[in-house]
Amino acid sequence: MENNLKEYWSINLKYLVILLSIWFLVSFGVGIMWADYFNQFRIGGFKVGFWFAQQGSIYVFVVLIFVYIRLMNKLDERFGVSE
Amino acid sequence: MSLTFWTYLIVGITFALYLGIAIWAKAGSTKDFYVAGGGVHPIVNGMATAADWMSAASFISMAGIISFIGFDGSQYLMGWTGGYVLLALLLAPYLRKFGKFTVPDFIGERYYSQQARIVAVICALFVSFTYVVGQMKGVGVAFSRFLDVSFEMGVVIGVGIVFFYAVLGGMKGITYTQVAQFCVLIFAYMVPAIYISIIMVNNPVPQLGLGGVLQDGTALLDKLDMLSIDLGFHEYTTGNKPRIDLFCVTAALMFGTAGLPHVIVRFFTVPKVADARKSAGWALLFIALLYTTAPAVAAFVRTNLIETVDNKPYATMPAWFSKWETTGLLEWEDKNGDGNIQYYNDKNADYVSTTANPKGWKGNELTIDRDIMVLANPEISNLPAWVIALVVAGGLAAALSTAAGLLLVISTSISHDLLKKWLRPNISEKHELRAARIAIGVAVVIAGYFGYDPPDYVAAIVAFAFGLAASSFFPAIVLGIFDKRMNKEGAIAGMIVGLVFTATYIWYFKFGGGTPDGYWFDISPEGIGTVGMAINAVVSLVISRLTPAPPVEVQDLVENIRVPSGAGNASVH
Repeated sequence: MENNLKEYWSINLKYLVILLSIWFLVSFGVGIMWADYFNQFRIGGFKVGFWFAQQGSIYVFVVLIFVYIRLMNKLDERFGVSE
Repeated sequence: MSLTFWTYLIVGITFALYLGIAIWAKAGSTKDFYVAGGGVHPIVNGMATAADWMSAASFISMAGIISFIGFDGSQYLMGWTGGYVLLALLLAPYLRKFGKFTVPDFIGERYYSQQARIVAVICALFVSFTYVVGQMKGVGVAFSRFLDVSFEMGVVIGVGIVFFYAVLGGMKGITYTQVAQFCVLIFAYMVPAIYISIIMVNNPVPQLGLGGVLQDGTALLDKLDMLSIDLGFHEYTTGNKPRIDLFCVTAALMFGTAGLPHVIVRFFTVPKVADARKSAGWALLFIALLYTTAPAVAAFVRTNLIETVDNKPYATMPAWFSKWETTGLLEWEDKNGDGNIQYYNDKNADYVSTTANPKGWKGNELTIDRDIMVLANPEISNLPAWVIALVVAGGLAAALSTAAGLLLVISTSISHDLLKKWLRPNISEKHELRAARIAIGVAVVIAGYFGYDPPDYVAAIVAFAFGLAASSFFPAIVLGIFDKRMNKEGAIAGMIVGLVFTATYIWYFKFGGGTPDGYWFDISPEGIGTVGMAINAVVSLVISRLTPAPPVEVQDLVENIRVPSGAGNASVH
């Protein structure tokens, strides 16, 4: 049981690192630090950097949380720790 | 039917609804009062959190600010949404499993220390009071502008309404009222936005309309870039401020969001750990509806406004122009006496000498208050009177819902953290509940008084609320969950150093005579919380490794909150 919980926690941490990296890259990366670079590309009437800063990163945030919910519900079940 | 009639009707109906819900959801126990009985459905809690979060500033001012600063406005859009990812992944599930009522509760028990609890209570009170005063002022402004009552009377009515449903229902009343308020405010925000999107770019979805094409064939954002440059402003879709500052402000708002007590406490109200994650997801989805619409409204209204006024004769202005002039939100002064409106950036020296002077312009003639972008939007777009009334009701819903959530944190801090957990541990539940009601009543009146007569530093100290939440609570809570070795010495030292550093920097540049030239690495006071947070984390980690490990019970507690099973109800001690 003890080892099981250690594994549960380390998988959880792995999910966090992956999801938070995406969180950082879309907002602070594409939306802020590299916005000027991405602004040379366009999607329809949007410059890409501007779109990520004012629209795209917010959509990604929402998706990230729902992906996390799904991953964790599965993980809880696999380790028998759901309520 | 007149606008006044519609406004009284719609505002009256929504207020009757809030009061009806308050009577229906009367709190019977401290658990009802603090965490709505702990049985709130995650989607319901998501809506309540969204209403709690979106204040009068989000509803009325944000789109206006963005329309003036363009790309740099992204700091608010990302900053006030990205924090929910941190909440969902790093805080909400674990705090729910911990299962107490307040943030100081967590700090106090995790760091086995009464001092840590007191530091947390003081931060929670300060942050919440700063915030609530602004909301009360928002209520007064919304009333006075539309209902022909004075600003003072508006504040008094607002105080009365919040007093009634917060004192009666506590968290339970507030939760269900916030659900109704969310519906009112999102509907009120979306209707004019959809209308103006259809008018400008013929697309009923404002989020897509922002990238749409105008009737003359140019893309909206390209047109806006062009108009901005033509008038001496910076290009709309690229930023004007240093990127490092944009980075730090965005981060401070995100970490601050995740550390704000009135947001965190909402996740104590759901039944299970899985529900805490879920409700963070729903909350962000509901918030994202407004936050992705705001930049579209900003661009539409700004383009529309520039095209309407730019170098046009004053005599040909539409009816809304003079109406908003009487409110003072729009001011025109014919500096060069030609009868036309010149609106341009007269702070841009290059532009003034090469373009404005040769044309005989004598300075910018039009002063536009940022709030007008949302408030006047329905009239600029020629929408019916009931839509305008709806916007009033929406603004009031946004201000009231946030004020109520904050007041609850204030009253809980006093009746639970100070009284029950410190001064009077033997107080009975009945007396604690009564103390909570008295505390919230007193808090409403004090907040109303400050809203009625706001000290002029109110606007300046909003930076404090986020900066302090980011530099004090966020690292203390996250390290408390993810670092088992973190002890009270580390956490308290970190909180104090982070807090003092951030407060000193903000104080120096807001009140102590500091000028922007003196900013460290171009970081403004709004963004310094990010640095304070990093300092807090480093100090906590170093000190904790030099001092004894926390007791075994505390380490077991940390093990325990990392696993969802067995959360049970929020315990009543």
